[in-house]
Amino acid sequence: MKDVLLGRGHFERRDFGLLLEQTGGAALPLVAVINFLVGAVLAFLGAVQLEQFNATLYVANLVGVGTVRETGALMTGIVMAGRTGASFAAVLGTMTVNSEVDALETMNFPPMEFLVAPRILAMVLMMPLLVLYADVFGILGGYVVAVGLLDLTPALYLTQTREAMTLSDVLVGLLKAPAFGAVVALAGTYFGMKTGRTASAVGISTTRAVVSGILLVIVVDAILTVFFYAVRL
Amino acid sequence: MTLAYGDFVVQADITFSVRRGSVFVVMGDSGSGKSTLMRHMIGLDRPARGDVRYGGTPYWSSSEAERRRLRRRFGVLFQGAGLLSSMTLAENISLPLVQHLRVPRGEAREVAVTKLELVGLGGFEDSYPSQVSGGMRNRAGPARSLALDPDILFLDEPSAGLDPLSARHLDDLILELRSSLGTTFLVVTHELPSIFAIADDAIFLDGERHRMVAHGPPRQMAETTTDPKVKAFLQRGQYP
Repeated sequence: MKDVLLGRGHFERRDFGLLLEQTGGAALPLVAVINFLVGAVLAFLGAVQLEQFNATLYVANLVGVGTVRETGALMTGIVMAGRTGASFAAVLGTMTVNSEVDALETMNFPPMEFLVAPRILAMVLMMPLLVLYADVFGILGGYVVAVGLLDLTPALYLTQTREAMTLSDVLVGLLKAPAFGAVVALAGTYFGMKTGRTASAVGISTTRAVVSGILLVIVVDAILTVFFYAVRL
Repeated sequence: MTLAYGDFVVQADITFSVRRGSVFVVMGDSGSGKSTLMRHMIGLDRPARGDVRYGGTPYWSSSEAERRRLRRRFGVLFQGAGLLSSMTLAENISLPLVQHLRVPRGEAREVAVTKLELVGLGGFEDSYPSQVSGGMRNRAGPARSLALDPDILFLDEPSAGLDPLSARHLDDLILELRSSLGTTFLVVTHELPSIFAIADDAIFLDGERHRMVAHGPPRQMAETTTDPKVKAFLQRGQYP
């Protein structure tokens, strides 16, 4: 990993560009849809409770702070575990079964350097951008519910959202993003490289990568949430 | 060397030497550890005991830097060729040239095209492994193995899945490379026609006794061995 970061690693630069596109650009539609719907659900659930106190305006606070601080990063991490973590496991697992990994090793291309490190790096770099994108769509989902069902005006909703959110709220979500990216990539590449040689091996590895990735995202989220609370961020 | 996975001994106390510029065959019944032996020799698995020496230099006792230097002398053809499926045939062959020798991509591609023509795959340089037949992949594999002009080529079941004609072409290629380039070959195979066609020297690994039970040129082995398993293996069909 150190050699990759210092630009001395053996891997194909243009493959890294493809990896960035696959982990980032290609994931945008799914991230947008999931977070839009989660934002909408959050707004709806919040409105049901806040209505009792004539405080439906604070749906904007709930969606805004909840999305940028928590659900944007968390849902994106879970989506990427199912999408990209699985893909990493499947690709590396198939390469293992086909002796491609062995071939790389005998050609003096350490698999960790050539296959694993670029994938981890790509996820760590793309996740903050994906989370920012997710935050926008999460707030948009809340906006649609608030303006469409709760009779809040667009201007009022957006102003309330902006006033409720602080820079540290946004920062918390963005700081969680690379951690989630790293654990998803680690789970995917680890199980991919550990694939056995049976017919069902790739399927087993992929399933393990997804389950482990989701679990790790949630565990890391819990740890970081407590940590950020402790440091008053 | 003694080869083992955990407590399970695959083969015990294998000792042999390979003459430079010769074709050495590793034979044995299925599951006897032929491919396992090759994996230990090329650095993928560490032996439970013993070592491999290349020109007197021990592989497993050396530093990682020295092992890397020794591996530069190897070319390896895995069963099924082990070509990188995300790259074209030319890119597969160019990869070590570009990454290790910093050869410009254009030049590396020219070398790759030459290597592919050498194995009868001229015109397929921009095809992906999935777009060519198994026999063609098995010929592209040696082309990649030859990219860095190795001293030693390891071939694991190179004729597996090939029709007799393609297998014969591969045998001819091995003999041609040995004559023209002086390359040393270590071939894992149980294809009798290939064994008798190419082998200068051979060993037989017994999967039940977990030992090397015969050593010598295959024809001589077939005529003089008293081991019933080796005799039965080599005399299945008569070859001139």
